[in-house]
Amino acid sequence: MIRLIPRVENSNAMILLSPLLALTLTAITAYFIFVSILVDIQVSSVFYTLFLEPLNDSYYLSEILVKAAPLMIIALGLSIGFRAGVWNIGAEGQYVIGGIAGSAVGLYFYDVEGFWILPLMAIAGILGGMFYASIAAFLKTKYQVNEILVTLMLTYVAVLFLSAMLQGPLRNPSGFNFPESRIFHDSALLPIIWEGTRVHVGFIVAIILSIVAWFGIKRHILGMQIKITGSAPRAAKFAGFDDNKTVWYALLISGGLAGLAGVFEAAGPAGQLTPGLPQFYGFTAIIVAFLARLHPIGIIFSALLIALTYVGGENVQIDYDLPKSITQIFQGMLLFYFLACDILIKYKVVLFKTIR
Amino acid sequence: MKYQLEINNITKSYGDLKANDDVSLNIKPSNIHALLGENGAGKSTLVKVIYGSLMPDRGEMKWLGKPYSPKNPFDAREQGIAMVFQHFSLFESLTVEENIVLGLDGVRLDENFTEQIIEYSKQYGLDINPHQVVGDLSVGARQRVEIIRCLMQNPKLLIMDEPTSVLTPQEVSDLFITLRKLADGGCSILYISHKLEEVRQICSEATILRDGKLIENCIPQDHSQQELAEMMIGKKLIQLARSNINTGENIFSISNLSQKSDDMFGVDLKNISLSVMKGSIVGIAGVAGNGQDELMELLIGEITSPPGTLSFKGGDIGNLNSHERRQLSMFFIPEERLGHGAVPDMGLNENMLLSRPQKSQMTSYGVIDWGNVEKLTQKVISDFDVQTPSSRMLAKSLSGGNLQKFMVGRELIQNPDLLIVAQPTWGVDAGSANNIHQALIALADKGSAILIISQDLDEILSLCEQIHVLSEGSLSAAVDMNENGLETISQLMVGSKD
Repeated sequence: MIRLIPRVENSNAMILLSPLLALTLTAITAYFIFVSILVDIQVSSVFYTLFLEPLNDSYYLSEILVKAAPLMIIALGLSIGFRAGVWNIGAEGQYVIGGIAGSAVGLYFYDVEGFWILPLMAIAGILGGMFYASIAAFLKTKYQVNEILVTLMLTYVAVLFLSAMLQGPLRNPSGFNFPESRIFHDSALLPIIWEGTRVHVGFIVAIILSIVAWFGIKRHILGMQIKITGSAPRAAKFAGFDDNKTVWYALLISGGLAGLAGVFEAAGPAGQLTPGLPQFYGFTAIIVAFLARLHPIGIIFSALLIALTYVGGENVQIDYDLPKSITQIFQGMLLFYFLACDILIKYKVVLFKTIR
Repeated sequence: MKYQLEINNITKSYGDLKANDDVSLNIKPSNIHALLGENGAGKSTLVKVIYGSLMPDRGEMKWLGKPYSPKNPFDAREQGIAMVFQHFSLFESLTVEENIVLGLDGVRLDENFTEQIIEYSKQYGLDINPHQVVGDLSVGARQRVEIIRCLMQNPKLLIMDEPTSVLTPQEVSDLFITLRKLADGGCSILYISHKLEEVRQICSEATILRDGKLIENCIPQDHSQQELAEMMIGKKLIQLARSNINTGENIFSISNLSQKSDDMFGVDLKNISLSVMKGSIVGIAGVAGNGQDELMELLIGEITSPPGTLSFKGGDIGNLNSHERRQLSMFFIPEERLGHGAVPDMGLNENMLLSRPQKSQMTSYGVIDWGNVEKLTQKVISDFDVQTPSSRMLAKSLSGGNLQKFMVGRELIQNPDLLIVAQPTWGVDAGSANNIHQALIALADKGSAILIISQDLDEILSLCEQIHVLSEGSLSAAVDMNENGLETISQLMVGSKD
């Protein structure tokens, strides 16, 4: 029989090293997968395309930043919820609704110029995401409905709603009936911060948000409330923290941030609202949050790492005709190995014979 | 044969810690032998060695004159050593006889067997109905079931671990009668306890352990209770006494509070009324599981109460949460330390934040001032002698006694006008318990009110001027201690259960 026994002391070095260890193990496993499926292609060149080429080329590097921004913003919100034990796994849906709400504002002021349009769109996006997450918060606090199910299922509703909007009210009137909105005009487009690339101001917002979140978790009583509710609910009651309020905070924050990421995606790289808005960022952000052990600063790095697998994954699709799921396989393995490493840091495995 | 069990120079180490260091003791036949010591003194280790669940590093034992080294508890039982644990291992949904037969080998449940149970129960005064379901029994009756189960193995030595900690005074004296009969019948008893009065009453010899070492083998009647306690903790005990009982006006009252429990196994509170005056210590006695947890939840404010049922300093506080109640200078120490009064996976400094009065300046506009939190934590650690290497130690890594001192200190440095505390010294060693009691008395002497909910009757009796008893969710009126107070309390504690 195998039993896990808690270690008396956790090694600090191992806690820092385990993400690297997980990455190494992922690479080794990936090597064997490639060896078994690739014909006539050097495994090493695939590896190069997947991991190193994106870092060597300024265009790919910029694409990593483009993809890391929404991942960071969503993961920050999720990590706050996860700390409180509120499992919002439908950030994808809140991202889509936020994207629709923000885009609608941008399209409403189509022929208006103004510095205030973008902030207004951002606010609309945040409110949209918050509203969508509040459905789960309401059902959980009022009727004890599991938030995992509600948020997950509402994701599919959101994607269909996007589709309906693009076939209807938000469709480009002169777009030959393609289910796409008009292309946003300049006042509704995010400023580019790296000339010649798609890297927009959202990346800077994401970094600022990480620092704000770090401060909030470390220095604000709300951060404590969330942490205590997640780790000892009865102690939270003893402290006078209302657990229903914690659920609301957690879902509103994570929903609002997902919504913000949604507008940024529409007003940034896309420049319009299209059916391609949902790109799995909402789900991938769960991996990002856990790879960072829910730490706001760690999320900056894990988001960059996961963004690398996106970009590298696209490159091997193009260069070697490999399927798209390569990216997801990588992300899944990475999370799996990371969680396994973390378990083994906290627990030791003991083998023993059963005594009868 | 002079001794039934001889234990010579037993040593058992865990790493660097010597849990038993060269311990010897001898138990005479037909003798009730006390094993005394604080938590961590090495009592359990020694018992585990005797009962075969631990192998000693060094030393030897003789049982009935022959070398004895049990490989496991089964082996120990085979040779005639039985044990009644502090926590019972009974199936609540089964009957008494079913529970007993399950604990024995090679017997079948038939009329013959039931007869046997009744015989034992008569012989030793263990009043029990074999057909009753264990879930319906009081704690004392469950203990009787455990004892009968042990007796049916015809032991020559019965080990009893803290047998009276959950019993009412009446049940305790019944148990003592049984133990004497057993001893007279040739079964010696190793009686583990920290209740010194009881030990002096029933044991004819005592072995005192401290820090794993043998301190003394003595006859308990030759020493006063205080001398025994001082041998146990290795330092002088401070006598508890109120220097200044100056009760003032009514500060807190509960009026006709009733509450149905949400929990299937919870207790409904019925019509509870109580008032506490400034400068007084009020005690609520009662066996655990009679509504203490439910009452504490309402008092802390984890559940709100209907208007008019709770009032503090003349204002209705029923709908305030615990944080709002603290702003009025009402503070709480719950019974459960880990997970309720403290977050196990957080440092002591972070745990300070669970109890935040406005004036403490731990936060302003919600931003935590970690510098001040650290100062306050250090103050609690030094004022209340909390043994910890740093204020960042996780709550779960502290011993129960140390964490309790921290929790008591955390609330006491706020100088509460009213302190509500459940089981202030549960699982705490005698030295720390003494410190905690002193601190509570000092607080009341300064004019604060204290409400203590405890199942430790000695604690209630030594601290409180006004005593109520909680039984099956109902609270008695204050007991008049001048006329047969103890007997009245005892009857109220048993309630209608037996």
